[in-house]
Amino acid sequence: MKVDLKQVEEASKELYIRALKMLPPDIKAGFQRLDRAETNATGKAILGTMIRNITVAEDNTNLLCQDTGIPIYNVVIGSGIEVDGHALKQAIISGCTRATQEHPLRSSVVHPTTRKNLHTSGGRHVPVINIDFSAQAETLSIEMIPKGSGSENNSWLKMAIPADGIDAIKTFVIDCVLEAGGKSCPPVIVGVGVGGTADLCVHLSKVAATRPLGSQCDDPEGATLEAELGAVVNKLGVGAQGLGGDSTAFAVHVETAATHITMNPVAVNMQCHSARRARATFTPQGLTYGY
Amino acid sequence: MAHYEFDMPVTEEQIRKLRINDTVTLHQTLYGIRDATQIHMFDHNRKTRFDMRGHAVVHTAPNVKWVGETEAHPSGYAPICIGTTTSARMERFTRPLMEQYGVRIIIGKGGLFAASAKAFADLGGVYLAIIGGTAALETTWIEQIEEVDLDDLNPESLWKFRIKGFGPLLVAMDSHGGSLYTAVNTAAKDQRAGVLAALGVKS
Repeated sequence: MKVDLKQVEEASKELYIRALKMLPPDIKAGFQRLDRAETNATGKAILGTMIRNITVAEDNTNLLCQDTGIPIYNVVIGSGIEVDGHALKQAIISGCTRATQEHPLRSSVVHPTTRKNLHTSGGRHVPVINIDFSAQAETLSIEMIPKGSGSENNSWLKMAIPADGIDAIKTFVIDCVLEAGGKSCPPVIVGVGVGGTADLCVHLSKVAATRPLGSQCDDPEGATLEAELGAVVNKLGVGAQGLGGDSTAFAVHVETAATHITMNPVAVNMQCHSARRARATFTPQGLTYGY
Repeated sequence: MAHYEFDMPVTEEQIRKLRINDTVTLHQTLYGIRDATQIHMFDHNRKTRFDMRGHAVVHTAPNVKWVGETEAHPSGYAPICIGTTTSARMERFTRPLMEQYGVRIIIGKGGLFAASAKAFADLGGVYLAIIGGTAALETTWIEQIEEVDLDDLNPESLWKFRIKGFGPLLVAMDSHGGSLYTAVNTAAKDQRAGVLAALGVKS
C-alpha cells in the first residue's frame, strides 16, 4: 500500500486536536473504578470534579486540560507499506504545526536555553517522532500523545547495580511516587522502565506510562512486577491531586528490556490523569480514528 | 469548614479568617501568571502596570485566540481553554509577589513549600488548590480576558481575567502555618516502610 502523505498531514493535525479533547474509554473506566473505591471525602470530591470535566470538555468540544504538552507521534509501519520516510516525518511536523495555528492551540514548546517559542508546538527534534516496524500487513498506525509537563517533570532514572537486585527497582518506584506527590496531577499511571541502556530504560518508562489501562507487559516478569506494585501503590495515601485518599494511581505499568551484566537500570515516568492519546490507522480500506 | 464568597480584591482580615479545608469562590477579577512572567518580573526587573494589591493570581498559561479588540474581547484575546499548572516550580516567587505587588491569594495545583507557608504567615496570604487537569470546567468560570501585559512572553503573559463564580477552591495552605500537603506527605512517608515490606523488600 502506498501512503498518501497529504492524508498523513491531515491526520497528524486531527490527531493532536482529538487527543486533547477526548479521553480514551479505558481512562474513563479507570476513573469510575477509582471513584467506586475512594473512601476519602476530599478524594471523592476531586474525582467527581475530574469526571465532570471530561463531560464539560465533550459538551463544549473544548480541551480537557490547558497543557497541550510536548507532541509525540508514535509511528508503526507494517509490512507492505510503501512510504518515503523523510517525507512522512515532514508531513507529521506539518500537521502538528497546522493544528497549533489553525485551531489554535497554545504552543507549549520553547528552545531549551533561549526559551523562544516558535508558536508551532515544534522546534529542534520536536514534535518527537518515534518510528518502528511491525509484521502487520498493509497497516500504518500513528499514535499521538500530547505529554503534559506536570507529569513529565516527574521523571527519574537510577542506574542501580546488580547487587541491589529487584528490591532496588521496587524501592525506587515507591520513592518516586512519594517524591512526585501532587505535582504530577494524580491519579497517575506510573510508568516503569526496567533494563536496557540508560536512554532505552527512560524510553520504556514513557511507553509504560502511555499504555492503555488494562493492558499488560508482554514479559511475564514485567507483568508480575507491575501487578505487585499496582496492588500496594494506593496504600501510600498520596491521593488525587496529592490531597490524600486512595486514588494515587490508576495503575503501575512496567516495560522491560535486556540489560548488561553489570547494570540494573530503572526509570520512572508519570502520566497524569488527563492521560490523553489518539490513533489513526491507515489500511487499504481507508483511514480510521481510535485510541 | 466554612465557605466564603470573595469579591476581589480582599483585605488581610478576610484572608486571616481562612483555615485549611475551608472553601472559597472568587468573583470579578483574577490575574494569570506563570514561570516566565515571574522570571522576567523578579529576575529581569520588568514591571507590570497592573495593580494587584489584595488580588489573587492563578498559575496558568492559557490557550487563547487573537480576535482583535472588541467590546466582548477588550484585550483582543478570546479564551479557548484556561487551566492551572503545577505550582512547585514557582515557589521562590511567592514572597516577592506578596511583598512587591501585595498579592494575597495564590491559586495553583500540587501545593507550595515551607518558604511560601512562611510568607503566607508573615504577610497574610493563602494558597487555594484548584483541581489540575480540569481546564474545560475552569474555562466556564472565566467571562473575559480584560487586559494583558508583558505579552511578548505569550502564552506566559500577565493576564487579567474577569471571572464569575471561580470555584469552589480548597484552602490548602493558610496564614496560620496550616498545609494539607505537609500533612498528606508526612502521612504518606509513614506508609513507606509498610508498603516496601508488602513488596517483600528486605530492609
